[in-house]
Amino acid sequence: MEYHLRAPVTPEDIRKMKVGDKVILDGTLFGIRDATQIRIFDQGVEPPVDLNGHFCIHTAPGVRKIGEHKYEKVCIGTTTSTRMDRFAPGLIEKYGVRGIIGKAGLLEGSVAAMKKFGACYLAIVGGAAALETTQIEEIEEVYWEDLMPECLWKFRVKDFGPLIVAIDAHGNNLYADVKKKVKEHLPKIYQKLGV
Amino acid sequence: MSEFPYKVIEDTAKELYIRALKKLPPDVKAALEKAAQKETSPTGKEVLKTVLQNVEVAEKNDMLICQDTGLAIYMVKIGSKLRLDGSKITEALREGCKRATLEHPLRSSVMHTITRKPAPTGTGDGVPIIYYDFLPGADYVDILAVPKGSGSENMSALKMFIPAAGVKAVKKFILDTVVEAGANPCPPTVVGVGLGGTADLCVKLAKEAIARPIGSHNPDPMVAQLEDELLEAINATGIGPMGLGGIISCLAVQIEIAHTHITLNPVAINTQCWPARRARAKVYSDGKVEMGF
Repeated sequence: MEYHLRAPVTPEDIRKMKVGDKVILDGTLFGIRDATQIRIFDQGVEPPVDLNGHFCIHTAPGVRKIGEHKYEKVCIGTTTSTRMDRFAPGLIEKYGVRGIIGKAGLLEGSVAAMKKFGACYLAIVGGAAALETTQIEEIEEVYWEDLMPECLWKFRVKDFGPLIVAIDAHGNNLYADVKKKVKEHLPKIYQKLGV
Repeated sequence: MSEFPYKVIEDTAKELYIRALKKLPPDVKAALEKAAQKETSPTGKEVLKTVLQNVEVAEKNDMLICQDTGLAIYMVKIGSKLRLDGSKITEALREGCKRATLEHPLRSSVMHTITRKPAPTGTGDGVPIIYYDFLPGADYVDILAVPKGSGSENMSALKMFIPAAGVKAVKKFILDTVVEAGANPCPPTVVGVGLGGTADLCVKLAKEAIARPIGSHNPDPMVAQLEDELLEAINATGIGPMGLGGIISCLAVQIEIAHTHITLNPVAINTQCWPARRARAKVYSDGKVEMGF
């Protein structure tokens, strides 16, 4: 299935989707990274904007300053999510984030939170920053500029994707499924390699 | 005899870094196109279609393929017919790397290893990484720029096996390392392998292996066969494009080998992500520059 979504979305919208589905986003998308989430969760600073019903992407964009609190895009890509896994359950439970976008996936705690509260993980094609940059229409707002480039970014996107539902709100995790299958394949591969 | 044109080396070092980040070599594009045709999983197909679209968008609009500008590596080969001051070559390469970062501008990914303080110039202690070698009979300097992103570099590994473990242990280690890396290095990857030497040479060989054109086999038929065997094994795992499942996990396994000690059996792995970026130039003493890959 293919879904076109525009935030804010509800847990019900997310529960319709299953791993392997394709998603295209329009409208608002928030950019976060390690430092942004350290401020929210380790330093206990409330985000200056309502994230409820929204999607967050793991990024530290390359930007050019064009005015007071105003930036234009240079190159915006996506980073590995796994190292920010510990923040995902909080984003979902406390702030109502409905989708996290990144590469390489999240772990069991995040999968459980997504199931419980109706959220998902959307895999983007890592390394495809040129395409991603062209799909971001504008950097609408930037909060916490002192964390540059790991600020809290508000982007406006058009036809953003393709994104693949890699963790759905039903407890399915495509990365874990693939890992399981790989493990099943290994004995035969070892045998053929003679190891 | 007039002085070697060091300034041309500097300009070329700048241009190579930027060009490598924007335009993939024809062999990499061909390998990705072939992968997109061969892949059978719908998700894998979608990923590879997007990868190819991204490469086209970057080239057409003069944009960076990936936001991770990496650490700059220059592999330099100096023609034996040239007379030049090597330290000035190093200085020119460093300056070129710095100018690419500041003048383009590029996001500098360089920082101090302990304090984690950013180095905004894209240069620092030991960065860019520069390797020198020599080309008998040549009258030019050959510079290969390989910007290396962290997603794939973080998946590097070195293992010092005992000789009795043989090639068997080496093969298993390579496969297990790729499986462990999973989605992290942005597959389909190029898996570079170093065999033999000392620990440091082994790791360097693995890096040289990922910098080879995709599909170029090791000239030793025995090693080339090992490359093919391992590629087949890795693609049988089912990791797939971006680790989301599929039959294309790896574009090529490329091995470089050296002799080793009677009691050593080292293997090193260096992984390159699907944007296997590299750019090459030959700089002649009259200032002429030939660009390539």
